Amino acid sequence: MSRTILINLARFIVLVFMQVFLLKNITFYNLATPYFYILFILLLPFEVPNVLLFALAFVTGLTVDAFYDTPGLHASACVVLALVRVLFISITVQKDGFDNEPEPTLSIMGFRWFFTYVLILTLFHHFFLLNLEVFSFSEIQYTLSRVVLSSLFTVFLILISGLLFFRRKERK
Amino acid sequence: MRNLWIFITKYNAFFLFLIFEISSLLIYIKYNSFQKATFLNSTSKVTGTLYSQVDALKSYLSLKETNDSLARENAKLRGQLKASFYVDSVEKRKVNDTVYKQQYSYIVAKVINNSFNKRSNYITIDRGSRDGIQKDMGVITGAGVVGQVIEVTDHLAIIQSVLHKNTRFSAMLASTKDIGSFVWGNDLDPHRGVLIDIQNNAQPKIGETVVTSGYSLFPTGIPFGKITNLHAKGGGLLINVEVALAVDFTKLQYVYVVNNKFAGEQTGLEAVQNKNE
Repeated sequence: MSRTILINLARFIVLVFMQVFLLKNITFYNLATPYFYILFILLLPFEVPNVLLFALAFVTGLTVDAFYDTPGLHASACVVLALVRVLFISITVQKDGFDNEPEPTLSIMGFRWFFTYVLILTLFHHFFLLNLEVFSFSEIQYTLSRVVLSSLFTVFLILISGLLFFRRKERK
Repeated sequence: MRNLWIFITKYNAFFLFLIFEISSLLIYIKYNSFQKATFLNSTSKVTGTLYSQVDALKSYLSLKETNDSLARENAKLRGQLKASFYVDSVEKRKVNDTVYKQQYSYIVAKVINNSFNKRSNYITIDRGSRDGIQKDMGVITGAGVVGQVIEVTDHLAIIQSVLHKNTRFSAMLASTKDIGSFVWGNDLDPHRGVLIDIQNNAQPKIGETVVTSGYSLFPTGIPFGKITNLHAKGGGLLINVEVALAVDFTKLQYVYVVNNKFAGEQTGLEAVQNKNE
């Protein structure tokens, strides 16, 4: 239990640092910007209670906001992400049979499930985030292309990180 | 009552979502005006310190470009020295010149945080009210206009950059002095801006420089950039032109904050005028 907490705390710090000091400066043609830090919320264990999940999402968002100078923006997008995560997991995963496989990682859940999971959640998060940031329908076409391309970028990074930390022995 | 409780616990995810979503949206809308968000932005203690430490490391990477730009600027300033002018009159006398009174002074500051790929971009610098920086001062580099100070703490200040959806500066064509407003375009390109609302009898040319008009915070003649396209969309009765920005916002290192010594006098005078109307 304490091991899970430690791992997630370390993951939180590393991801937020990466986001605000490295990825914040990366953008392709003003269209694709990665928001890699959402991986923290994606990889929280299955049995984390809903209260904790939403609170963590909220705090993660606020932390990133503090560095991006946009109080509340990332927080609200992350809370949306948490809701979509709860819905997606309740639809696709049976609750029993997860005694020793607690986390939705690539090595445990397999490529197909993990890819769908990441893709859908990232799309929701980015759609909400970028539209809330622009806050106007007059640029909707441009914003949508930003959503799609940024999502592709983020999903790409998340899949790479999944392969990087792939552990075959956990797969049964 | 019991049924209500069962209903709430069964769909607890949704209700939790509502609570957190509403509170975060409240924060977003309330602090969207940004100036009020003093407790949660990059001038605060923790984030400010972290940013300046990382920036101290990063500044080594661009020493060469910073040096180049400083050298260029030195050369330009040297050209304006009295010693570099040839005195074209035979008779010499000393004139104690009281015609000129210094109106603008400049405070140099280092950029410690900068963004250019969002819809509203801000720059944090390492000088604050203790160094004489106040709200609403203009900010420039050797190349051109950067933005406007919108918030100051003791040691840091935040600049609303030209790359911001609400930024609007008075500008004019360098040659014909036709006045317009300078804004950032809609396509989030950090290298282009738009000069809007020029009177339609003006005849801007491609390659012409767009400069500050002196009606705003800046001295007259600080460049915004050069005109690249005469037919930006959405002109209507007035002319809009596209401008390639003179400042490279992706590589900002040092900026100058413009201290207009007459600013207080001017706003006081205009306040009296507005009251009279």
